[in-house]
Amino acid sequence: MQLSVNGKAHELNDADPDMPLLWALRDLLGLVGAKYGCGVAQCGACTVWLDGAPVRSCQLPLAAISGREVTTIEGLGGDALHPVQEAWIAHDVAQCGYCQAGQIMSAAALLQRNPNPSSEDIEGAMAGNICRCGTYSRIVAAINTASKQLQGLSFYEVGQEATVSASDGEVSV
Amino acid sequence: MSRGAGEGMKRRDFIRYSSFGLALGSSGISVLAAAKTSAPANSLNPYVMIHDDGRIVIAAPNPDVGQGVNTALPMIVAEELDADWQAVEVVLAPIDANRYGAQFAGGSLSVRNRWNELRQMGATAREMLLRSAAQQWGVPRTELTTQPSKVLHPPSGRSASFAELVAAATEQPVPANGEVVLKARADYRLLGQRVVNAAASDIVQGRPIFGIDVAVPDMVYATYVKCPQIGGVPKTANLEAVKALPGILDAFIVKGDAGPPSFDLRKSIHVAGGVAIVASNTWAAIKARRSLQVDWDISAASTDDSLAIEAAALSAAGRPTGDHEVKNAGDSEGAFTNASSIVSGVYATDFVSHAQLEPQSCVAHTTATAIEVWTSSQTPGFAQSTLAKLFELPAEAITVHQVRGGGGFGRRLSNEYVREAAVISKKIGKPVKLQWTREDDMAFDFYRSPAYFGLQAALSETGKLTGWRNHVVSVSSDGEEANYGAGYRGYNFPDDVVPNVHISQTMVASKTPTGAWRAPISNVYAFAEQSFLHEIADATGQDHRDFLMAALGEDKWFKPDDLASLNTVRARKVIAAVTQAASWGRALPKGRGLGLGFFFSHAGHVAEVAEVSVNADKQVTVHEVWVAADLGQIVNLSGAENQFEGSVVDGVSALADQRISIRSGAIEQTNFHQYPLLRLPQSPKIHVDFLTSDYPPSGAGEPALPPVAPAICNAVFNACGERIRTLPISRAGFKVV
Repeated sequence: MQLSVNGKAHELNDADPDMPLLWALRDLLGLVGAKYGCGVAQCGACTVWLDGAPVRSCQLPLAAISGREVTTIEGLGGDALHPVQEAWIAHDVAQCGYCQAGQIMSAAALLQRNPNPSSEDIEGAMAGNICRCGTYSRIVAAINTASKQLQGLSFYEVGQEATVSASDGEVSV
Repeated sequence: MSRGAGEGMKRRDFIRYSSFGLALGSSGISVLAAAKTSAPANSLNPYVMIHDDGRIVIAAPNPDVGQGVNTALPMIVAEELDADWQAVEVVLAPIDANRYGAQFAGGSLSVRNRWNELRQMGATAREMLLRSAAQQWGVPRTELTTQPSKVLHPPSGRSASFAELVAAATEQPVPANGEVVLKARADYRLLGQRVVNAAASDIVQGRPIFGIDVAVPDMVYATYVKCPQIGGVPKTANLEAVKALPGILDAFIVKGDAGPPSFDLRKSIHVAGGVAIVASNTWAAIKARRSLQVDWDISAASTDDSLAIEAAALSAAGRPTGDHEVKNAGDSEGAFTNASSIVSGVYATDFVSHAQLEPQSCVAHTTATAIEVWTSSQTPGFAQSTLAKLFELPAEAITVHQVRGGGGFGRRLSNEYVREAAVISKKIGKPVKLQWTREDDMAFDFYRSPAYFGLQAALSETGKLTGWRNHVVSVSSDGEEANYGAGYRGYNFPDDVVPNVHISQTMVASKTPTGAWRAPISNVYAFAEQSFLHEIADATGQDHRDFLMAALGEDKWFKPDDLASLNTVRARKVIAAVTQAASWGRALPKGRGLGLGFFFSHAGHVAEVAEVSVNADKQVTVHEVWVAADLGQIVNLSGAENQFEGSVVDGVSALADQRISIRSGAIEQTNFHQYPLLRLPQSPKIHVDFLTSDYPPSGAGEPALPPVAPAICNAVFNACGERIRTLPISRAGFKVV
């Protein structure tokens, strides 16, 4: 089986074709950003992109995705941070942080196809990602910040707006 | 308090957030090798090391499972050190009680317990830098001061960075207690600000910082299959068939201990019997479970049935007093005899699971003479001591590395999975990563105990609370002592405030393991008592807020200077603040209601108001939750707010539909489709207001959780007139949407 992960080709000829992508990424390729949370596509901690669309890697056997293009959190921003990652830091979203790579992959996919999502759009796109620590309000705030940045507002301007609107956990230090 | 500079941090001890496993590949790298840094190290004490290039390394002593102490604790050191936070690197301290004392995550105690110690550590390190500068420059120490990361001599305008001074400063004697003056709160530059989590950058990039991410050379992967009927042990298994499967390196029976484990953090060396499957990768091990057949010996296993436990408990809770008297203050008999009216209510809560998002895992390497483990344990010190006891090795032979955990909530207080990993590693003679599946995690938790409350209130003609009875029915593994997390909690309102009080307890036998679940005991007491107080107010035609304010009685700090005791002044302040923020008393449309809950736990006074709407199908929408709290000073405002927002979400999540049921000693729920966690669309809007005061800071991880359930259930009553006396509320037919 062949797999392209973050633009790099891999031959996984010895791997079990039943092996879910999640475990191939983690144990065979050493890319551990995608997390194991439930193994049954309930929690979204394992979210990666397959040909640009968010998928639950714990339910994707290697045999089903040979030759496809996988993007993981490690490859999301290239050499720099993706605006969604920057917004996640600016809003100090994470508590334990275990689900956040999956949350970020879902959020970045949303903004890629819909740069200016409504509240309902955000709820719909993020409903498959559980945050056991309960950082949902910050996730929404960070998506809105990243949305504005992707639409051409500078991060400084976005930061000012966020500070003025106050209640969303914008961080000053 | 302070320890000699010579005993300071050794470079090899550091596991840097940013470097840990950076080059992790399929072969893995040694964490210790990764931790070596090339820059010279100058440590001033076990917490502070300053590199020549200006980076200031601060050790985080306690495990972080999401409660933010890897940020908050180093901030306290940095404040007194007067370090530029931008130059600070947080490292995880080695587990070493001689240098770092008790290193655990529990009871919302990290900040509270370390507040004085860490300020002292920062201040003495600063003082050593100042004295070193005074000597070098030949000026009086009193003429020197600091600005972030540098020492200044204002009369001459001379200055030097901490990095320039640190080498000589390490030669200074460590100042004794009392030789340094700690900063006044008004002079803080950092504490009370919003500071981004020290691990944020690593988290958003998916760097390998969690327990599940640890990899060491020659590591193999294991899964461990236990008897679904808790406490059963394997007799035989088709090991040869399993060993023949692709990727499987070994499969064997661990005889283990028969019978359910107890939640004894300090002493337990229980290893549940099971079958270990060792493989070349995680998936091969998990897949092989499909082919495994085990014949279990269930003679010592639990035979619990949760519906039978519930029926026995509810029957007992109907009696006003129970088998064991816990507290008898004043004349409760007289109060009830002379009462103008009596209000009664029986409240019930189910078993719940922790469901931290990262299932348990542990990397262990056991040899004949030593054990090394990497674990996200909340009690790494007990991991060390119980491993030493189990393997009959000296404590020095056990090395425990703390690793960030993907959630804790009390689940990682026990170390049974650490022992399992060490046992498997010993058998195969290799380092192993033991990975529990989600199903393992849900089936073998130390669950939140169910609790049942028979409550009675005696009231005067004017509706004043004159007597209080609480008959608590708890689960008990021996039928006599309440299990951990099922007992009585003292020091609270109303037990310590009402003049005539009778508290009693009755035990219902249960073998299912129970333990600490976020705000243990408080979480169920708050639901029952604070809902019942609303029942009383409603039955006597009083406004809930006004009733609570009056029922709190005189201004009193029950044990002055003990932060863990109720202070009615602080209690009234948070109730006043939260009701004002939520515009308590405002008119609402039909089907919509506000509800109030107050609780004091973990040294935090917290009041919450929920706004909900309930439709004809008993669907509940939680629109907004306001929180007002007095935790004293706040260390990291962003971190504390995050903990509080998360506590509200956790509270809604648990009350909605979280329930563990048990049949024939086995847990019925297996994964999140049967044990739902709250998702983003159901999450309410949350407002957090900290009424900061000069009191020392208390922890933020737990105290906001207990008031959530009563605030929401009281709001549901105000919205639709139905009183909820059962958690989760799904059991009363309600559904959170």
